[in-house]
Amino acid sequence: MCLSIPSRVVEVSEDKTMCRVDTMGVQREANLMMMGEDDIKIGDYVLLHIGFVMNKIDEEEALASIETYKEILELMDEEERRQAILDDDNCENR
Amino acid sequence: MKELQLKNLYDNFRDGETIKAYAKIIAQDAKKLKKPINIMEVCGGHTHTIMKFGLPQLLPKNINFIHGPGCPVCIMPKERIDHAYVLAMQSDVILVTLGDMIKVPGSNGSLQDARSKGADVRFVYSPMESLKIASENPDKKVVFFAIGFETTTPMTAVLVEQVIKLKIPNILFHINHVTVPEVMVELIDSRDIHVDSYNNQIDAFLGPSHVSVISGSKIYDKFPKEYKRPVVVTGFEPVDAMQGISMIVKQFIENRCELEIQYKRVVSYEGNLKAQALIEKYFEKVSLFRWRGLGNVPNSGLKLRDEFDAYNAEIVYKDVLPIAEIEDHKLCICGDILRGMAKPQECTIFGTACKPTSPVGSCMVSSEGACSAYYKYGNLL
Repeated sequence: MCLSIPSRVVEVSEDKTMCRVDTMGVQREANLMMMGEDDIKIGDYVLLHIGFVMNKIDEEEALASIETYKEILELMDEEERRQAILDDDNCENR
Repeated sequence: MKELQLKNLYDNFRDGETIKAYAKIIAQDAKKLKKPINIMEVCGGHTHTIMKFGLPQLLPKNINFIHGPGCPVCIMPKERIDHAYVLAMQSDVILVTLGDMIKVPGSNGSLQDARSKGADVRFVYSPMESLKIASENPDKKVVFFAIGFETTTPMTAVLVEQVIKLKIPNILFHINHVTVPEVMVELIDSRDIHVDSYNNQIDAFLGPSHVSVISGSKIYDKFPKEYKRPVVVTGFEPVDAMQGISMIVKQFIENRCELEIQYKRVVSYEGNLKAQALIEKYFEKVSLFRWRGLGNVPNSGLKLRDEFDAYNAEIVYKDVLPIAEIEDHKLCICGDILRGMAKPQECTIFGTACKPTSPVGSCMVSSEGACSAYYKYGNLL
């Protein structure tokens, strides 16, 4: 019920009450009446809910999260490699 | 830093390796917990994500979920569904509502049943479709049966505003919007009253995603401060959920009790102020709203402000709408499930008399309900 879909704005109507968004290749109309007049521009990422843009997606924050996940994965890889070396050192069969 | 692509917003937040990495971090941190913690995910969307991606299996035994009441379709009491049914059966009415309502059974049947008996019921993707339906049917009253939490309330408010501004004579509203913080308080308070008889307790909240986009995280301020429960507002994707859980666990091991936002890419402390102003302009609190499975929850429902009575279908059609409250089924334990006292599989009618195709209780009604999610993904447990 409260699901929202990340989409990209491809067109904004002249009166700025509607826009056209692209959701992974599917285009549709979305209402802008819940947003401030100059809040949304072409190229912005937005969250769509029951035909309305409910908010803009903050690109910097999204990229920061993605960067955090990348760092965590790298850290995990490093730990796994270290653990594999330790396991190998302690291997009783050798 | 590289440019964001739309697919990043999907793929990076569903990445299996990242989910596993968080599972490891949580498992390491959870060893330092002094006692098990019970996290309530308030929102049905979270319940669905947690069950669909099998997150309980990835987490250590000392982290437990309590599935909250955040499914607006599930918690709708039968008498409200009966209102929709009765309105739909009026010869001069076209009942318009969101698709989620199609199969929800009232005491006379669902809206789908009403339609099969000749009622004009339209299921729409957006409330704004009501405008077109009204202009195409000038001799009919279009009643928009509005459901949802703070996420969906401002969209109804936009429709009200347009109806007034464009002087549309044939659109009325039946408002069933409910609010999240009040039911969170109710769940904590009711737990405290019966504390001795409870098997589980809510220790922390995974805060709703899209309710918070609208209302801002400020609506949860009192939970860490007054009720000593941390809240982490978290996104709907599985990586979001795992990161949110990790943030809660870290608060416990670091002896913190705070309001944090994991879902920073769309949630701010203040929220969408224009949407909040729209809600404030057209709606006011009702002193009690009855939640299916939980009973009366003070100040948790909204109604149209009195000055908009002319648009209020509950007033316009008051002579035909039933007023009696309808009790929940005696064998249903949804209330206990929502309070964290029981799991769906402990219910004697779960999966037998109560299934998604013939739901008896609130948690089986929609795919976001705990029982329905357990029924669908239960083989993962």
